[in-house]
Amino acid sequence: MLAPKSWILEHVDVPEGTSTDELTARLTLTGLKLEAIESAGADISGPLVVGRVLTKEPEPQKNGKTINWCTVDVGDANGTGEPQGIVCGAHNFEPGDLVVVVLPGGVLPGGFEISARKTYGHVSAGMICSARELGLGEDHDGIIVLPADAGEPGQDVRGILGLDEEVIELEVNPDRAYALSIRGIAREVAVSVPGATGFRDPALRDTPPADDQGHPVRLEDTTGCPVFVARTVSGFDPTAPTPDFIAQRITAAGMRPISLAVDVTNYVMLETGRPIHGYDADKVQGAIVVRRASEGEQLTTLDGTRRTLTAEDLVVCDDSGPIGLGGVMGGESTEISATTTRVLVESAHWDAVSMFRTGRRHKITSEAGKRNERGVDPTICEAAADRVVELLTTYGGASAEPGVTVVGEAPAMPTVTMALDLPARVSGLPIEPATTVAYLEAVGCTVSVDGETLTATPPPWRPDVTDPYDLVEEVVRLVGYDTIPSVLPAAPGGRGLTRAQQLRRRIGRTLAGAGWVEVVDFPFVGEADLDALGLEADDPRRTVLRLSNPLSSEAPAMTTTLLPALLRTAGRNVGLGASSVAVFETATVTLPRSSEAAPILPVDRRPTDAELDALVKALPDQPLHLGLVAAGEADPAGWWGPGRPVEWSDAVDAVRAVADALGLELDVRPATLAPWHPGRCAELRLGDALVGHAGELHPRVCTTFGLPARSVAAEVDLDVLIQHAVHLRPAPTFSTFPAAKEDVALVVEESVEAAAVEAALREGAGELLESIRLFDVYRSEQLGEGRKSLAFALRFRAPDRTLTDEDTTAAREAAVALAAERTGAVQRA
Amino acid sequence: MSGPNSEYDPVEVTPLQAEHVAAARDEAIAAIAAAADLEALKQVRIAHTGDRSPLALANREIGALPPQARKEAGQRIGQARGAVNQALAARQEVLEAEHEERMLVEETVDVTLPTDRRRRGGRHPITLQSELIADIFVAMGWEIAEGPVVEAEWLNFDALNLGPDHPARTMQDTFWTEPAERHVVLRTQTSPVQARTMLTRTPPIYVACPGRVFRTDEYDATHSPMFHQVEGLVVDEGITMAHLKGSLDHLASQLFGAGIDTRFRPSYFPFTEPSAEVDVRCFVCRGVDADSCRTCRGEGWIEWGGCGVVNPRVLVACGVDPERYSGFAFGMGIDRSFMFRHNLEDLRPLFEGDVRFSAAFGTEI
Ligand SMILES: [Zn+2]
Repeated sequence: MLAPKSWILEHVDVPEGTSTDELTARLTLTGLKLEAIESAGADISGPLVVGRVLTKEPEPQKNGKTINWCTVDVGDANGTGEPQGIVCGAHNFEPGDLVVVVLPGGVLPGGFEISARKTYGHVSAGMICSARELGLGEDHDGIIVLPADAGEPGQDVRGILGLDEEVIELEVNPDRAYALSIRGIAREVAVSVPGATGFRDPALRDTPPADDQGHPVRLEDTTGCPVFVARTVSGFDPTAPTPDFIAQRITAAGMRPISLAVDVTNYVMLETGRPIHGYDADKVQGAIVVRRASEGEQLTTLDGTRRTLTAEDLVVCDDSGPIGLGGVMGGESTEISATTTRVLVESAHWDAVSMFRTGRRHKITSEAGKRNERGVDPTICEAAADRVVELLTTYGGASAEPGVTVVGEAPAMPTVTMALDLPARVSGLPIEPATTVAYLEAVGCTVSVDGETLTATPPPWRPDVTDPYDLVEEVVRLVGYDTIPSVLPAAPGGRGLTRAQQLRRRIGRTLAGAGWVEVVDFPFVGEADLDALGLEADDPRRTVLRLSNPLSSEAPAMTTTLLPALLRTAGRNVGLGASSVAVFETATVTLPRSSEAAPILPVDRRPTDAELDALVKALPDQPLHLGLVAAGEADPAGWWGPGRPVEWSDAVDAVRAVADALGLELDVRPATLAPWHPGRCAELRLGDALVGHAGELHPRVCTTFGLPARSVAAEVDLDVLIQHAVHLRPAPTFSTFPAAKEDVALVVEESVEAAAVEAALREGAGELLESIRLFDVYRSEQLGEGRKSLAFALRFRAPDRTLTDEDTTAAREAAVALAAERTGAVQRA
Repeated sequence: MSGPNSEYDPVEVTPLQAEHVAAARDEAIAAIAAAADLEALKQVRIAHTGDRSPLALANREIGALPPQARKEAGQRIGQARGAVNQALAARQEVLEAEHEERMLVEETVDVTLPTDRRRRGGRHPITLQSELIADIFVAMGWEIAEGPVVEAEWLNFDALNLGPDHPARTMQDTFWTEPAERHVVLRTQTSPVQARTMLTRTPPIYVACPGRVFRTDEYDATHSPMFHQVEGLVVDEGITMAHLKGSLDHLASQLFGAGIDTRFRPSYFPFTEPSAEVDVRCFVCRGVDADSCRTCRGEGWIEWGGCGVVNPRVLVACGVDPERYSGFAFGMGIDRSFMFRHNLEDLRPLFEGDVRFSAAFGTEI
């Protein structure tokens, strides 16, 4: 809300010398936050004074224009007291007129510096200003001519033009709709600024009594429209200009002056908070009826939009049908125009929920709608209408027609009961009952106290005050939030981070320690992303949860995999010149599982466990995934020698390192799954539980995402890993007897997996085997096509003795024998 | 092996004469002293202490001597050999030291060469900021609660006193999932985690809920459709706004430095009543000479989040007895806190995955 300070102070007195900063600081502390203080004249500097035109010599120019060579009395403002010679291109003034002069040294909006300069054969020492040049809006016709009694030549003109007006911009929360008016802000100043007195309510005025002579109105839906006041003025001069103070104030409040009739309704809305609608009375046919629209009914609103209405919309109708979307926007057929001489003034109260729904349904936001949907004082309809009539008669030459229509009545405010000590108990401040009563009365409540119980009836402009805690807020904000002490509550002994939380941190640190960089991506995905991964048509990752209102039609769903975003991120880094990229992300993915709705449960009690269960079951599965992508160098080349490019094993090992950090050892099996290379993809399992996949990306995927060939990726379900994480690991014991080492090289068919050979060796070697490690894979012509040699280093140790050569040989031979039996391995000579 | 020999003439054997022994000894010692390096010393050792060395040969003759002479000659040879061995050991030590010194000099490397043979990793600064905040709460004895980002409309709105026609619903532009009749949304706040906590636990409740939230904001320097929030919830007997202030002051001082506190301004949130905006004291200028401060733009305070006393309507919907318990709740942006804590003016680098950005923060902030 933009509120000119002078307008506020028209309705409340603050102590002499209260600065704008002090005033707004108090408002901020009591709930109307200062956004900005703006002043129209802020970008004007230097001498800007009243001048009296002494002479005006028209001088036609060769270019066809006529300029006026003027002398202007600017008093002592020019330092000499002599008349100032100024060239002026405008003609709307005569000698003797008071005008606005900016003297050399002055600066106008836009950084326009004024100096004495030679032009049209004269030295023009300054400028006679138009409204536009001063940033005061559009020119009507030329320069500003001040009223004859505006001031003395040489006098600073800022005060006269309202250029010294400070406009206070306040943030108004949805519960304080009353502060969307000068009335509300002035009231707020009266209760929150120390020493402020004399609040003068602009909506408190004597209004003529209702009669049955006014325009007939019938309310068919008194819930939607409980009060409707209609007044009519006739003999209105549609060409009458809007007085400067109204134009200046509504401009300052952020609205555009349009015409006197429209400007007056806006002015009264800003002043009282009550939106007013004006109709061209001659275009209204017959009685006004307020009702709900029939489904499909049509109305063309003021903005020229033809709207199809629903049965929930409230409409104002005449004999022709709907002529306005009640409380939201008027209709085109009865719009006030340049020929309107009779104005029908509507000042009606509308149901806030209805306004909210209609505004949202028809996507209309307006100053009127903003107020009506938040709640307006229903008791000031007559006063507001009367104020509009007053202004139209005063400035528009109109006269009020005798009839005054008032239909319906303002709904009564509910009473609220609370324990007298509640403000103290909630705030932790020692608030006395007398203080509570005083502040509630200050904000307009009617209060009574019975023992320990307080009953308050909120004022009609506070529809938001419905609960005891609402009363508490009113009291505490006026006592002052800044007086609330700071007391740290003593929580009971906590359990610290959960194990899952600790493990997630451990996973992040493990990967970062291994050279991977964490990134955060948006979880949105589109079909093209899934196509780019090369997913089969029936891949479950194509079953996505779609958004009704995605930001981008290219990513309209919640992703089922972290890989598309990670691949894009990796590709972007490669594009930026990174020679080595290794990124990871941990985030939940969304896996739809139910088509049931999540019920809207009651709020006046705790839902039953069955109700909550239905709620939770309607949600998709959201497992926590880890995704990672690496491209380029795994280890860089350097003075130490060549680097090593990333390969499939880097992805598998990163996941193994994560599992190892959780005390887990993964089972690795070959698999075929997009987006991986069909021959270089590992499926990672923990027994029966699938953990995820890792390996080299399919070459087409690398190309699609702008990644170098042989880039790698992994995606695993961290929830599975974390569930299986080993909690209590037993302490190991070690033999201190010497170890015996044996190497064996086994030749197997190419299709035999190293893990199978290793498992056979391990089992065959028996319990003397301490460790086994594959240290070489060798292929040669000598071995023959389709065969490979796997070299293992075996280490034996006994817990209780030094092993003999016979022990070791026997164990090794047993190992080789089992490997031969299981995998067809032949020991290499 | 040498020993008495019947054919041997038992006369004085020349090599055993004192002057010969002394000469052999002196010759050896001179050679030792002259050995320039360990290799030369090795040759000297062979020549003067080996099996064919004069002293070794002389020693062989001892057996031929009569007992008295044998004893004298033995002593003589023994002393000479001792002196030679001593000289050898001493020279060995000197030469080894020289050798080591030379080797060390020769092995000098340029230690200013790059050593980055391994990639350096890093964690995302928002993860780190979230963990830092979680640690502050855990240190107070609170727990960290979590919930899903795809959430039931009832938990995101209705349970929090945000009925379908509440004007504040439009303050949070919501992503809806298809079809809308299923009433499933992307959570617009982490508050549904608070509701879930109250629904599943009994007070006392002291929890903080960090997490991702979503609003249909177009992506620009200060808006993102996804951002991170942390909310706190306390439900216990006798909880007041003073406890709320104390908790936030503590969080502010832990996050931004000793003496940094908060300021409350009345505000409006359906979830809480009374409600307040929380400003945190500018940790750069501390409100002194704020006019030139870029962090708080001359305010002395930085808008940080919202808070208030849990609305009893919310307690009722979540199964907490409002007659017995009261509570407070607050929420603030993690990204926003990170941005002003680390002087980041455009939030987009947080979500664009440039590895240089995360890597710059390493594993701690
Ligand atoms: Zn500052």
